[in-house]
Amino acid sequence: MNESTQRRRTMIRGLLSLAAAAAFYQLVALSGYFPRVLLPTIPTVLTTLYDMLSDGSMLHHAAATLYRVLLGFALAISVGLPLGILMARFKPVENFFLPLVSALMPIPSFALVPLFMLWFGIGNLTTVLIVFYAATFPMLFNTWTGVRSVNPIWLRAAGAMGADEKRLFWKVIVPGASPFIITGMRQAFLRSWIAVVGAEMIAASDYGLGWVIFDSKEFLQTDIMMAALVVIGFIGYVFERVVFGSIERATVYRWGMVRMAKG
Amino acid sequence: MHHAATLDAHTAVGSDRLRAVARNAFPFVVVGTIWEVVARAGVFPRQLFPTLEDVARSLVDLTVSGILPHHAFETVLRLLSGFGLAAILGVGIGVLMGRSRRAEDIILPLVSILAPIPGLAYAPLFLLWFGPGELSAVLLVAFVSMFSIIFNSWTGVKAVKEIWLRSALAMGADDRRVFRHVILPGALPYILTGLRLGLAQAWRILVAVEMLAAVPWGLGWLIFGAREFLNTDAMMAGIVVIALIGLGLEKFVFQKIEHYTVVRWGMMEAMSRSP
Repeated sequence: MNESTQRRRTMIRGLLSLAAAAAFYQLVALSGYFPRVLLPTIPTVLTTLYDMLSDGSMLHHAAATLYRVLLGFALAISVGLPLGILMARFKPVENFFLPLVSALMPIPSFALVPLFMLWFGIGNLTTVLIVFYAATFPMLFNTWTGVRSVNPIWLRAAGAMGADEKRLFWKVIVPGASPFIITGMRQAFLRSWIAVVGAEMIAASDYGLGWVIFDSKEFLQTDIMMAALVVIGFIGYVFERVVFGSIERATVYRWGMVRMAKG
Repeated sequence: MHHAATLDAHTAVGSDRLRAVARNAFPFVVVGTIWEVVARAGVFPRQLFPTLEDVARSLVDLTVSGILPHHAFETVLRLLSGFGLAAILGVGIGVLMGRSRRAEDIILPLVSILAPIPGLAYAPLFLLWFGPGELSAVLLVAFVSMFSIIFNSWTGVKAVKEIWLRSALAMGADDRRVFRHVILPGALPYILTGLRLGLAQAWRILVAVEMLAAVPWGLGWLIFGAREFLNTDAMMAGIVVIALIGLGLEKFVFQKIEHYTVVRWGMMEAMSRSP
């Protein structure tokens, strides 16, 4: 059997499997064995999704969530990246921050939600800060590891060829550490995405995909829940594949640093 | 330092260690001092920004009265039962996918659709389907941590070199022996990595799950409940215990597993990934 028939078989089986799972779900939902409100049929979910998309409410929720996650993520990068580089380049900085980071890192970001709710109230500020907290550590840790793992021979070679501090930094350290930095960004975004959904559920305001899922539980609107799940999955997929995938292609692969950590 | 000459090697090592401890303690002293000064200055209400003394006192009180240990015990129990379920299912499904092309074709699309959605987003759905209590919490933790276990076990089994399988078969090993002596040891580093990732995810999600689900005990519930009564000191005490458990997992489970797989199987690229 050659490779292309094997690939076709894989695709057919995959589609069959998805179709079978959908049909099974639909049958269970229609059977009336479980209450319809808890197990909406697939057309119901799709209709709800379409309605919410066309009246703009879903876009509003998605925009609120994206605003929080991107703001928190940007903050995390602007703190984690420089601090990681400083820690790797200067021993006193490392000595001061490493114990603190090691102590804070094992605390799950959600554990801080109640505290932040007391301090900063319910709404954007708390959610953004939770995202910031969740995303900073992977960013920081990977940058730190990346800069430290820049091959000393490259540094010495560049130094011997007369590169000054600034050129050394931009031409050797940054590209050398870039696979780790990009892995860090990727991990940081993944954490942010998880954090924002959870934080929105607990420290809810009045918009956001996490909030709408949790809120519809009160009214047994399972169809809205599932529609929001679809949107969350879609946005997560777009960021993971499209955004980070193209960043990787534009930087790491182009610079020939192919020994990437497997995402 | 004229004493230095008279110090024997033993105390030299001791003072080195002392210096390391002092160096590690220094940042905490700085941060603690700043915290204490801010708390005592009364910039923020004492109730919202307790002094370290208050936090320490409520940590001791809650520990002595047995409330905090009970919360911690229930949390750890929930973590272990959810993770145990995920480990059994995840390794089972992953190995099956790695061994059988048909199983891979059927399961992979389903898993790939479910996995990218943050686990917590499923929480309300689980709470509706499986009730607001313990069952939902455990199932959700299991569900969330299962995916990285599946993916890694699957990759591990697929990473077993074809030539090992063929040589084992050529030497007359039957299917069971091949599985037991070739595939399992070959895939084990990956499986362990998957388990480590799964446990870490389970831990991160569990605290939030305990806040959302109606469970009577648990550290997540403790800190969430403390908010209602503005018991910030109890909340902080809870966070300290959460940090300690997290640190314990990190030191005694994750690093051990990493060390074991890296050293034992010589997977050095995990350590020195520098190009």
